[in-house]
This record gives sequence, C-alpha cells and structure tokens, in this order.
Amino acid sequence: MSAERRQRQAAGAQRMPADSVTWALRRVGGHTLDSIERLGFAARFSVAVLMHLPGAFRRLQLTLREIYFSGVLSLVIILVSGLFVGMVLALQGYEVLTRYGANESLGILVALSLVRELGPVVAGLLFASRAGSAVTAEIGLMKTTEQLSAMEMMAVDPLARVVAPRFVGGVVSMPLLAALFSTLGVFGAYLVGVKLIGIDSGAFWGNMRAAVDFGHDILNGFIKSVVFGIAVSAIAVFEGYNARPTAEGVSTATTRTVVASSLSILALDFVLTVFMFRGVGVSA
Amino acid sequence: MSVVEPAAVLPTCPTEIAVRMTGVWFGYDRRRPVLRGIDMAIPRGKLVAIMGGSGCGKTTILRLIGGQLRQQSGTITVAGQDVMALDREALFALRRRIGMLFQFGALFTDMSVFENIAFPMREHTELQEELIRDLVLMKLNAVGLRGAAQLRPAELSGGMSRRVALARAIALDPMLVMYDEPFAGLDPISLGIVGQLVRKLNDALGITSVVVTHDIYESLKIVDYIYFVAEGRIVAQGTPDEVRQSKDSFVRQFVDGEPDGPVPFHYPARAVTEEFA
Repeated sequence: MSAERRQRQAAGAQRMPADSVTWALRRVGGHTLDSIERLGFAARFSVAVLMHLPGAFRRLQLTLREIYFSGVLSLVIILVSGLFVGMVLALQGYEVLTRYGANESLGILVALSLVRELGPVVAGLLFASRAGSAVTAEIGLMKTTEQLSAMEMMAVDPLARVVAPRFVGGVVSMPLLAALFSTLGVFGAYLVGVKLIGIDSGAFWGNMRAAVDFGHDILNGFIKSVVFGIAVSAIAVFEGYNARPTAEGVSTATTRTVVASSLSILALDFVLTVFMFRGVGVSA
Repeated sequence: MSVVEPAAVLPTCPTEIAVRMTGVWFGYDRRRPVLRGIDMAIPRGKLVAIMGGSGCGKTTILRLIGGQLRQQSGTITVAGQDVMALDREALFALRRRIGMLFQFGALFTDMSVFENIAFPMREHTELQEELIRDLVLMKLNAVGLRGAAQLRPAELSGGMSRRVALARAIALDPMLVMYDEPFAGLDPISLGIVGQLVRKLNDALGITSVVVTHDIYESLKIVDYIYFVAEGRIVAQGTPDEVRQSKDSFVRQFVDGEPDGPVPFHYPARAVTEEFA
C-alpha cells in the first residue's frame, strides 16, 4: 500500500465520526421520506382499488376464478391445520380442565377458543402465507414481464382487471376459510375428547351449545375474519403492484406480504378483541 | 346492402403526421434527464426505426407516445391529439387505436394464444363469440400461427411469442403500432420472419409503425426512415440509404459495430492512474 494511500485512509478515518453522523442522518431522512411516499402511494392505491370494486362484480367470472385460487386451493392447508389445532387444543385443554374437575367443559373451551380467536387468527396467518404470497408473486411477475403495461397499452386498467378481482376474491374467501378452520377444529376436538379420551358426547355438545353465543362469539369471530381478509388482500395486491420489476423485487414483495400481513393480523386481533370482548374479566 | 370500401373501415390516422414530438424532455429523476429535447415527426403509413445503444431512452420514447409516462416539457401529439392534455378516458380511447408489441411479448401467461388475441376484442367490443373466433384465427393466420391457437405462452419459442404478440397488437386494427425491440434474442430465421411481418403488416393494413431496436442490419432492410438517439438527443437521422453512406461518426460506429467511439467503451470513472495509485 502506498504511503499516499495510507495517508488518505488515515485522513478518511479522522473524518469518520462527522461523516458517520451525516451518513446516518441521511439514511434516516431517506428512509423517512421513502416511508411517507410509500404511505401516500398506498393510500392512493387503496382509494383506486375501492373505486374499482364495482367492476370486480361486473367481471364476476374473474372474481369467481380468484375465489377459487385464493379459497378453494387453500382448503387443504386450512382443513388439515384446523383439524390438528382442534385435536391439540382438546388434549391440552383436557389436561388442564381435569385438574379442576371441569373436563366436561372441554367443548366450551375448544369452541370459544376457535370461534373467537384461533379460527380467524390462524386461518388468517395461513391464508396470508398461502394465498396472499401467491397473489403478490403473481401480480409482481405480471409487472416484471410487462403484462400490466401491455394491459394499460390495450386501454384496460390493471386495477380493474387484475387487482380488484383478486382483492374481492381474498375478502370473500377468508371468512369462509376461517369458518371451515373452526368447524374442523371442533371436529378434531370431538375426535380426541369424545372418541379418544371418552368424555360424554352429550356433555361435549350440550355445554358447547349453551355457552357459545351467536352474536357475541360467532359473529365477532366472523367480523374478525372479514377484517383480516381485507387486511391480507389489500397488503397482497399492494405489494405485488408496487414490487420492483426484478426477480429480487418480487421475492422481497412476497416476503413483505407475509410479514406485514401476519403482523397486521396479530395487531388487529388485539384491537378488535379489546372492543369486542372488553367486558370480559373487567369486573373481576 | 351497401358494400364498405376497405379504406373506409381501416382506422388510418387522420393527420399527415401520425406522431410528432417537439422539444421533449424527460427524466425518471429530474436531475438526470433521459431525453433532452427530442424532435421527431413520424409520417402516416411509414415504418420508422428509433435506434441507439442500450439505455439511451428508446423505450422511454414509446412509453411517452403511449401516454404511460409524462414528459417534463415539450409536446407529443398522436393523430393530432396532445397526449399529455388527454384525460384518462380520452387517453384510453386513443390507446384503443394504438397497438404495442413489448420486448418479450408480454403475453398473458394464464391464457392460451387464442385468448390472448381475443382479449382486446372482448374488452372493447360487443362482438359475437363466433365473430371473435374468426377474427382471432385471421390475425393468427396473418402471422402464420393459426395452428398454435390453443397453445399456452409457455409452450411458444421466442419468435413465436413475438408473432403472437404482434397478432395481439393488431387485434383491434390500430392506426399506429409500436414495437419495442421486436428482434431481440431471435434466431436468424425468426428474426427475418418478424422483420418481414412488421413490413408487410404496415403496408397491408395502412398503419404507421415505430420500431425501437438496435438491430441495424434488419432495420436497414425494412424501415423507411431511421432516427439515432444517443445521450437523450437525436444525433442522426435519414433513410436507410443515407445511413449506409453516412460519414457521421456515431452512425459509423453504430453501423460498423465499433466498440469505442462517440459512444465510449468505458463507463465514466476516475482516471486509471488515480484508481490504482
């Protein structure tokens, strides 16, 4: 290494603290501006998608196709997961309830857990991983291969033709998948609790029917699943449409969909639970 | 029943100059303009090539003509209409009269070849299904791929994809067709086929064609006029014969494929002596 080069590096090292602060400030400023710009774009995008929603119903064939891709093709993972979650819940619940001599309340525990929380939340997380990521990747690849540009040049709005049907497909599919998840979960708990452990079948179903309220439990669970469906679908179509048109860009967008959707579901679940079930435990 | 003359149904451009660009400046980033005052006039019915090195802004010109990008200054008129002044509805109406072939076809991968070509017809017309079928097969026949109607885009070779995309671009009988690198990545036979199709369709349908390409040899065979773009400006222009005989250093470098010249071999960098000191 030449003496001159060493001197230059030494001079550079001496400037490091000030340069580092400037560099860090620039980075923070840059990220902040990017985030604001992205937020603004997301808001405009959301409004544009909402404006095109009626079009999704006019293109019913396309929307049904998206319900098939998002909903029907997610059935296997949703049904199998629901069954196993219900079975595990029954085993764990039975073990705890037996300590208090309340093992016949297993049906209540499982049903309330599934209908209020696990059904919408776990189905939402699975939906984000399976269908949300697929929607993002599909739209992102359409952008990368200029299919969206081609559509625009054919005077066809991609928001109406591509985005809106996928958004509606996701919003419609999600509550149905959550309902199926809960149903299979209850069935799994029945298999373990009644058929395997030997809890009385009448007590299992009777207690469940008496404790689960349609308006308070099932409807609130349904509302949660609709909200999660809207969140996951909106994130999925936005990330796909906003993906950089490269292989790396599509990969990043897909990852962002899964991460942002999962975090949104968990955060929204907390907020919704506070509003829906805020009376629970307060008096105690 | 009256017989309609073919010329009456062909949607030819109503103005003598199909596309005119005047003093067009554009940059994706305002500090680094891609186009620096482009002036260009593309007459109706002509096949015009826009040539230049990779990244010189050729495709950007097509996107500006199609209204997908908006210039920072200058005007662009297509068939007499100022593209930037059009609202969304009017822009979409104009685009229905423009066909575009993208670099790698941009075929919809979830549809068959037939459905790809039927797509614009289904979106913009109320034609009966039997009529759409006949029209699609006629378009495919024009590009020699009637037998490939039921194939999926993934089953097509690069040349076939380009021809299907060409059939889709002319699906609505446009007045103007824009081709973005139609010859890129094709074998010599496919390249010749696509080149001839571009020329023949231009003449047979009475349309105006703009071809963005860097394939000088194929272009010289088929086009009427060539614009050379470098560093965001038109640096040379002329008919194929004028280009062949040109002494302009840029044109010579481009035609002869010289690695160094007005377009430098090295990307701008510090001096070598300084870099490796």
